[in-house]
Amino acid sequence: MSTLLDKDGIQHTLRRLASEIAQQAPRNAQVAIVGIRRRGETLAHRLLPLVREAGLDGIQHGAVDITLYRDDLTTIGPSATVRKTEIYFDITDTWLVLVDDVLYTGRSVRAALDALTDLGRPQAIRLCVLVDRGWRELPIQPDFTGLRIDTEPADNVKVRLLEVDGEERVDLI
Amino acid sequence: MTSEPERPVWTRRHLLSLDELTADEIRFLLDTAESFKQVSTRSVKKVPALRGHVVVNMFFEESTRTRTSFTLAAQRLSADVVEFSEKLSSVKKGESLRDTARNIEAMGVDIMVVRHPAAGAAQQIAESTACCVVNAGDGQHAHPTQGLLDLFTIREVKGRVEGLNVAIVGDVAHSRVARSDVAGLVKLGARVTLVGPPTLVPRTFEALGARVVHDLETVLPEMDVISMLRIQSERISSNVFPSLREYVFLYGMNRERLARCKPDVLIMHPGPVNRGIELAADVADGPNSSILRQVSNGLAVRMAVLFLCQQASNAA
Repeated sequence: MSTLLDKDGIQHTLRRLASEIAQQAPRNAQVAIVGIRRRGETLAHRLLPLVREAGLDGIQHGAVDITLYRDDLTTIGPSATVRKTEIYFDITDTWLVLVDDVLYTGRSVRAALDALTDLGRPQAIRLCVLVDRGWRELPIQPDFTGLRIDTEPADNVKVRLLEVDGEERVDLI
Repeated sequence: MTSEPERPVWTRRHLLSLDELTADEIRFLLDTAESFKQVSTRSVKKVPALRGHVVVNMFFEESTRTRTSFTLAAQRLSADVVEFSEKLSSVKKGESLRDTARNIEAMGVDIMVVRHPAAGAAQQIAESTACCVVNAGDGQHAHPTQGLLDLFTIREVKGRVEGLNVAIVGDVAHSRVARSDVAGLVKLGARVTLVGPPTLVPRTFEALGARVVHDLETVLPEMDVISMLRIQSERISSNVFPSLREYVFLYGMNRERLARCKPDVLIMHPGPVNRGIELAADVADGPNSSILRQVSNGLAVRMAVLFLCQQASNAA
């Protein structure tokens, strides 16, 4: 096991991602940051003040639960807990940044894209991930990447965040 | 995505009654229903969770509300829905319940929603097929989704169920709704009072963990929730029932009685309402009434039930 990011590393990475988002956001569209439940949601929540510090105000934010849109629902069984999607604004015509902790096969992102499409039609959706570990099964790529690493399929990239896990680090197991 | 191996709370393929559920299972189901409630508020009122699955509504008894609610719930989960009604079926030709169920199962059905005048019908189908079975009311035995939607509504309006004083008024003896309500309410820690004439609310119901009272007036001021049961017309002419006038006089909920309740008392009714009998029209349509809210919530609760039972079946 090796630690890829510690507490400071995560904070530093989020700050860089926030400034990239603020730079690339179009000035003529409502910007929205939406996290995939649960750790993507936490990261999205943390990105908000950082993006604001980087000079972008008036951002909408929310969280999307992808359980009902997963393509492996028939095999994962009853372990799936359905949580709420909490997007209380109209996403149509927004420039929407979708946030997740780890990008792996791309299937979670695919599910999130379907869930978002059912809510409206954003002007554009951009993908922001803390860690890209490769091994995509779908043609999905991030626009904002915190850390890109080479892994083996058997590896496990574990993101632990204070709000969810009570500790703060990213490990390669 | 990082997956979290959680111990599943819900592992049941069937929902036959609330008696068999634990308080944790009921809470989990209500939490799940809360997530489903928002689906009905969106412009696209559909999620792909049960895509490719088939739900059959097997109704051997009249119903508009429950049947429509289950149909919509299944459709909002993207399942295909088949409507089966006794009147148009081979049951009229003498086919047994078991045979009917097994024949329908053979067509590749995943979930059977069963309403039947005989207690235990849903259970019998659950035992004789491999489908998920959801009881939509069997005789005087149970109506679990009605019980769940009542719990959901109480929790939504009052913020909790535990510790609330809840009265169920009317023909408790013949009511599957009352049985399911009592089972769920007691499990979640409410204090339940059953109110009605001794012929319709016998003392034996105390065994379920409820208090039995024959005088409505005395309990009104302490109640947080009052659920009025429907008086079934076929019961009115029977000898267990007082005259209709006497019943309305003693047990009907009207403006005067409502004035003696807590200002925020929740007045519930499983529908369809006999206006002017168990419930005066102005109370049924008034601010304390949750009748239509119950109907909307029923949809979310049934989506959760169909989803969770199918999930458990997939895992089995």
